[in-house]
Amino acid sequence: MSIDVTTDLQHTVEDAAAHLYVWALKDIPQDLRDALAAARERETSVPGKRVLETIHRNINVADSEKNLVCQDTGVAVYHVRVGEHFPLHPTRIYEGLRDGTARATIEHPLRSNAVHTITRENTGPNIGHRLPIVHWEFVADWDGLDVKCVPKGSGSENMSFLKMCVPADGVKGIKQFVLESIVGAGGKPCPPGIVGVGIGGSADYAMYLAKEAIMRPIGTRNADPVVAQLEDELYGLLNETGIGPMGLGGDVTVLQCHIEHADTHMTLNPVAVNYQCWAARRASAHIGPDGSVDYDREF
Amino acid sequence: MAVHEVTFPITDEREILKLRAGDEVVVQGHIIGIRDRTQVRIFDQGVEPPMDLRGAFLLHTAPGVRKLAEGRYEKVCIGTTTSARMVRFTEPLGTQYGVRAICGKGGFPDEAIEPMQRLGMVYFAIVGGAAALETTQIEEIEEVAWEELMPECLWKFRVKDFGPLTVGIDAHGNSLYHDVQARAQEKLKELYARL
Ligand code: SF4
Repeated sequence: MSIDVTTDLQHTVEDAAAHLYVWALKDIPQDLRDALAAARERETSVPGKRVLETIHRNINVADSEKNLVCQDTGVAVYHVRVGEHFPLHPTRIYEGLRDGTARATIEHPLRSNAVHTITRENTGPNIGHRLPIVHWEFVADWDGLDVKCVPKGSGSENMSFLKMCVPADGVKGIKQFVLESIVGAGGKPCPPGIVGVGIGGSADYAMYLAKEAIMRPIGTRNADPVVAQLEDELYGLLNETGIGPMGLGGDVTVLQCHIEHADTHMTLNPVAVNYQCWAARRASAHIGPDGSVDYDREF
Repeated sequence: MAVHEVTFPITDEREILKLRAGDEVVVQGHIIGIRDRTQVRIFDQGVEPPMDLRGAFLLHTAPGVRKLAEGRYEKVCIGTTTSARMVRFTEPLGTQYGVRAICGKGGFPDEAIEPMQRLGMVYFAIVGGAAALETTQIEEIEEVAWEELMPECLWKFRVKDFGPLTVGIDAHGNSLYHDVQARAQEKLKELYARL
């Protein structure tokens, strides 16, 4: 591998990150548009319909004015899949993602939200110590790189919940915790959105998996049929709570429920909930080993 | 559920009393942008706000703006933040300054119901995140005070057809948030029994 290939590829990753961040904030994906349109059809409460109609108008205005769909530019979260033979080391991929995030923030310009957790001083253009956040996945026998950018708003991120259920609580304990979390959140996370649930692993890993769950295309199902069945069931139950759009009451409380799981210790039964608001922004690109970039190729 | 058009600041209390929880409201006139730090300065640090808040409509926001000149700003993207954090300022805003309406996202907890009824105030629910639309309904940023708190300054916006908003808490002791939660808690019992 020559130095030039590395430098060029890192720039390609930086360009892609800069593009994906702004694109995600302005142009929401088609599956989300469809899910919101279906919600608008289905909702029967008057305030709920008013909210979904306003969201629809807002998306159209964002399209025509080329403005951001929501003012909260969030924390930049990336989900990255790195092929075994992709000719750029993950340390450099991270630098590319970080520099692209900063560049987009300065050039657009975007609101910068990054602060030091204790001093609350701004730490840079949406970057800082351990920001942006990257979820890594490594793929054997492959030479590509997939990048998905998910700007995560704070209103919905503040509605995150973890419970260390005990094994005797069983799957019933998991269901109850997800239901009570979403009812307790009410209108604060800007419903209707995607409820991400992480089960198993350890406390920290369950929350990590809950975040992976909200990054999936809407309505996709877990490959494990037992988990997929729980997704269907919780999706139905959550929409019976009556919380409704923006918590004003109605039929549509969530657009979907996605679950990711890991096997766990026989004495553990962790369940984590991470909420993604109706502005469930995401944008993806595939980068080839030659530096070619194919936008909107989701994984 | 009725549909109303209300111009702020209001001078006649009846404008507020006619609103009922669940009603739709479109706002004209002038509204004031305010946030956590702005209210901490007024009430915790005891600094008098340099704007008249009588009859005012307050919006929970930290607008994205572009600076044009000293004290002059142009809108870029203006949205609304979660209200629940700021509920403790409701009563003093009403008693000390005569504020009549507070608008944000996600609602106020039940502790706001009593002071709003006593003081003739309402809470308006906006659609959180619908900032692209909200920005087009703000015609101009007319005044900014306390620029050093940027973006949590005191902002005066001129608006046109601002909304649609939903009356979340009215001045008669009704709260949609309270009712939705009460029903949901009942529903949860039923759902748990089915699990
Ligand atoms: S929760 Fe989501 S939609 Fe609501 S203001 Fe935050 S980013 Fe926007």
